[in-house]
Amino acid sequence: MKILVTAKRVTDPDAKIRVKPDGTGIETVGLEYKLNPFCENAVEAAVGIVEKGGGEVVAVTIGNDDAVNNLRTALAMGAERGIHVKATDDQLDSDLAARLLAKVFEREKPDLFILGKQAVDGDSNQVGQLVAEYLGLPQACFASKIEVAPGKATVTREIDGGLETLELALPAVITADLRLNTPRLPTLPNVLKAKRKPIAAVTPAELGVDTALKVATVAYEAPPQRKGGMKVKTVAELVDKLKNEAKVL
Amino acid sequence: MSILVIAEVSGGKLRKATLNAVTFARQLAAARGDTVAIGVLGAGVGGAAAEAAAFGPVHVVDAPALATCTAGTWAGAVADLAGAVGANAVAATSSTFSRDLLPRVAARLGAGMVSEVVAVTPDGRFKRPMWAGNVVATVEVKTPKAVFTVRSTEFALADPAGAPGAVAAAAVTVADDGKAKVVSFAPTVSARPDLGEAKVVVSGGRGLKDKEGWKVLDPLADLFGAAVGATRAVVDAGIVPNDLQVGQTGKVVAPNLYFAVALSGAIQHIAGMKASKVIVAINKDEEAPIFSVADYGLVGDAFKVVPEMIEEIKRARAG
Ligand SMILES: Cc1cc2nc3c(=O)[nH]c(=O)nc-3n(C[C@H](O)[C@H](O)[C@H](O)COP(=O)(O)OP(=O)(O)OC[C@H]3O[C@@H](n4cnc5c(N)ncnc54)[C@H](O)[C@@H]3O)c2cc1C
Ligand SMILES: Nc1ncnc2c1ncn2[C@@H]1O[C@H](COP(=O)(O)O)[C@@H](O)[C@H]1O
Repeated sequence: MKILVTAKRVTDPDAKIRVKPDGTGIETVGLEYKLNPFCENAVEAAVGIVEKGGGEVVAVTIGNDDAVNNLRTALAMGAERGIHVKATDDQLDSDLAARLLAKVFEREKPDLFILGKQAVDGDSNQVGQLVAEYLGLPQACFASKIEVAPGKATVTREIDGGLETLELALPAVITADLRLNTPRLPTLPNVLKAKRKPIAAVTPAELGVDTALKVATVAYEAPPQRKGGMKVKTVAELVDKLKNEAKVL
Repeated sequence: MSILVIAEVSGGKLRKATLNAVTFARQLAAARGDTVAIGVLGAGVGGAAAEAAAFGPVHVVDAPALATCTAGTWAGAVADLAGAVGANAVAATSSTFSRDLLPRVAARLGAGMVSEVVAVTPDGRFKRPMWAGNVVATVEVKTPKAVFTVRSTEFALADPAGAPGAVAAAAVTVADDGKAKVVSFAPTVSARPDLGEAKVVVSGGRGLKDKEGWKVLDPLADLFGAAVGATRAVVDAGIVPNDLQVGQTGKVVAPNLYFAVALSGAIQHIAGMKASKVIVAINKDEEAPIFSVADYGLVGDAFKVVPEMIEEIKRARAG
């Protein structure tokens, strides 16, 4: 089975992000970048399927030149080769990312495309669904379990109110949730091996995609801050405050 | 033109969260001189459509192919409905239902989509959180049509309209695309209220250790008729079901009162609860980040403090 997966570069998920005073973006000085956690789940799922049943995993990123590092992480986890679509974050919206990925899909013709459910920088949670619609494919979003059989995938998804299991005809699009698996840490030999794996670079123009954006981000600001930090000494004091100050009892 | 709110129906009933999106749509309609209509789709949704009519005109698509929600089939139905009623915007309250479905609708309509809208600006732009809520971005939709999911915590439940709206069957035919089918659903069974609707939420973290330790929260939740929430660590450990996860990648809640018990307050958790009115944190580590957003912090062992607090609250209420 041939599986396409994403390897999006994101700011360190645990970093405290601050907005630039002029509101044009975020402070990037000293910031580290990682592979999007949900993409790690996607890569782990794909590599696991291929390890069991054979096939090939191809990883794709859309990003600046540094995104190649994150693509290498996916290769170190077990993807065979990488595709780097050259575009910077400010040249993208979810729709354009999806149209670029759909074009890569059409070139590669995989049986399965596994993405993350969301990117932890933009938090949009759109791209997998958009790709599925542009390609006319079935989707299973927020997957916590994937089983493949010839011609179909059975996917359990985490939705409000419980767990739903879907059967999809292949090819199909799946977006990974965090409980899908525990992503492996690349071993040193695999990191070294990944350096020699092929990465093909391609531009949006070469893919024949119109780069006009549908949604433009025009300003960034810090959210309103809570005035927290007050501590009480005893349970009695806490309950007194809840009753007489906050009036929530 | 009109703004079409897609209703969420569960067990034949209109989900209350639909009304948060109605409020958003009314704000947007007021700014643009549009009207608001509600789309009720599904199989056997006559009851839900009648409920929705209290809030505006309703367009119904009732079809067997919509009995389960597979996004491919539904996206065609919603996009066709938007076309049939001349809607230039489609909106729904953010949930796994709308997050699954609406991007596909946007692709069909050639529309830009904004996720998790928290505000409409006077000049017709939209605010949305990014980076786990550490940044609020202002975005502009460049396409004539637009699609939105909206944060329930930022838009109040809509009041009924002055006069009930008409309920009309829409001229939309639905064909199952046959590419996806629901084979089973394992519901979370709970006697407690829905996380999104509860006035009080009691959340616990890894510090409660296991299913046995988790029980310390039950009497506290009982006392307030509260919903129970959890951190990712607790869900990953299999202590509670996945749909109780509060945070960046789980549910976003803003109750009147939020108890954060034995959870550290990771960025990703705070993203889901910081809009709560009053936050109480109980943690044995005085340096825990959760204290920085808490109105009332108490340093102590949850297994000791929570039972004491329950007794004290009972006394305070009696007195
Ligand atoms: C991509 C991504 C998405 C994520 N999404 C979410 C999300 O949506 N929601 C979420 O919650 N997390 C999310 N996380 C996980 C998050 O980063 C934290 O790991 C998680 O919130 C920690 O859970 P916790 O506070 O229960 O555990 P810990 O951080 O381990 O904290 C346990 C706390 O309990 C305290 N404690 C221990 N024993 C006691 C006791 N007896 N009495 C009182 N206090 C005690 C400790 O002092 C400590 O502060 C996400 C992570 C990633 C990478
Ligand atoms: N620039 C990108 N490069 C590769 N994959 C991406 C990119 N942007 C989004 N994705 C994929 O789409 C998913 C959803 O992203 P989003 O809709 O932006 O939250 C992510 O988890 C990735 O799998």
